Amino acid sequence: MSSLPSTGAIGGRRVVLELKQFFRDRNSALWNFAFPMILLVIFGSVFGGQDIAPGITFTQYFVAGMIASGVLYTSFQNLAIAIPLEREDGTLKRLGGTPMPKNSYFIGKIGMVFVAYVAQVAILIAVGVAFYGIALPSTGMQWFTFVWASLLGLVSCTLLGIAFSVVPRTGRGASAVVAPIVLVLQFTSGVFFVFNQLPDWMQKFASLFPLKWLAQAMRSVFLPDAAAVVEVGGSWELGMCALVLAIWCGIGLVLAVVFFRWTPRGSS
Amino acid sequence: MITHVSEAAISVRGLRKGYGDVQAVDGVDFEIAFGECFALLGPNGAGKTTVTEILEGYRSRDDGTAEVLGIDPGHGDRHWRSQLGIVLQSDRDLGDLTVAEAVHHFAGYYPDPRDPDEVIKAVGLTEKHKSRNLKLSGGQRRRLDVALGIIGRPRVLFLDEPTTGFDPEARRDFWELIEGLKAEGTTILLTTHYLEEAEHLADRVAVIARGRVVACGSPAELGGRTRGLTRVHWLEDGTLHDVRTEEPTRVVLELSARFGGEVPGLGVDRARLEDVYLSLLDGDREAADEDFAQGGDAE
Repeated sequence: MSSLPSTGAIGGRRVVLELKQFFRDRNSALWNFAFPMILLVIFGSVFGGQDIAPGITFTQYFVAGMIASGVLYTSFQNLAIAIPLEREDGTLKRLGGTPMPKNSYFIGKIGMVFVAYVAQVAILIAVGVAFYGIALPSTGMQWFTFVWASLLGLVSCTLLGIAFSVVPRTGRGASAVVAPIVLVLQFTSGVFFVFNQLPDWMQKFASLFPLKWLAQAMRSVFLPDAAAVVEVGGSWELGMCALVLAIWCGIGLVLAVVFFRWTPRGSS
Repeated sequence: MITHVSEAAISVRGLRKGYGDVQAVDGVDFEIAFGECFALLGPNGAGKTTVTEILEGYRSRDDGTAEVLGIDPGHGDRHWRSQLGIVLQSDRDLGDLTVAEAVHHFAGYYPDPRDPDEVIKAVGLTEKHKSRNLKLSGGQRRRLDVALGIIGRPRVLFLDEPTTGFDPEARRDFWELIEGLKAEGTTILLTTHYLEEAEHLADRVAVIARGRVVACGSPAELGGRTRGLTRVHWLEDGTLHDVRTEEPTRVVLELSARFGGEVPGLGVDRARLEDVYLSLLDGDREAADEDFAQGGDAE
């Protein structure tokens, strides 16, 4: 008898399938590509010339925050909306009835998130560089920070998205539950407003979550070193960024393992 | 993995499953032999789908034993799963893929899949193989479900109300497809509320009501379980007369003697599975009413 295909082989096939579905679905294309661009253009136009520090415009600050948000959009928001829909429309039930290993499904999601993020961030960076005075990372160190911040952010927010997919009661209602969470984090984490101008309690609140640290790490990559003066601590605190994101990877893993389910609640 | 020595492809004993106060499955027993097509027949809410989903490994059971290919469905591994085919009734998933993409993709899950293009042909979707699944009609969609259910060359195939919403022609085509799988030796568990379908496809039928099997046998045998269901009718004094009898031959002979030969408008209708089924359900309802009258627990 032939042997079962390996988890990795099926996972690879799932990545291809997920990407086909992702890029063919107009809603996800809108959420993940058009919406960040629209925000970028609106904020860029409104706050265009305002300096937040000598030689640093708010737009530059904002583009770095949007790149950090891109992590959240393509992983957390994307999965926390897509998985409840898949649970509701029978996708997960169908898969559960096949010999596909569950880990292959997660490989497929992670691969899809990764490609979607690279595509989104490439567009954001291209627009930022072309129109809003963002500089590409110039040192090896900055590129290194960009890669580890992206990876830690993607891993933690992917796991959190998988875990959070149990919260929306219906597939259709998922975006109404998930989008406000993302928005609140963006408002409080130094994406839409300059972080050190926020009230102290709001800063403390945002510091509990990954986006604040992700945005800070992205600013260290895309803003000149002089811009570190607008950080709360007067420096980029990259060690702390890495630590908090790593802790969230651990929390995300535990939550995903404990809470994720294939079937709708009350159906076993 | 421990494989029990078992003659049956599927065996169920004392199966129970409740949801809150409702006992959806209340002590079900049956065995399905290898290569057999077995139909669970019953009204909506009778427990058919719950039994099927327990055997598919989707639901847990409260009590009793269940084995599919010698394995407890609650503990089936990938190897076990690769020998099952499940035809689901869903209509929206995989919508952004084409028929061919979906069938080829699912083939990649199995150790020894059928040829995807041949499966697409067998379910009659060759002309639609480049269509997005979202654009398929209800009947075409169900054929895709069948294609995905049989792509892995299953030894046991679960069909849960597979032809609901089919027009008669599509149903005939579907039956032919299932007969082909039977001929190859596939064991099939079919749930349906179409009696004609059970009669046409199934080697044996279990009638299930209120979570219990109320009758089980071949479609022909089931007819023998209920008596007095053969109807003899004729015309006399310009009106239609009829009697229900266990001895239709005697009735016809008596009539013939009375009319002196030819009986006007004579007809003899043997019990159809539908009559048997309805009488079984009636009997079950009466039993339930008695339970209720005695203050017993009707559930």
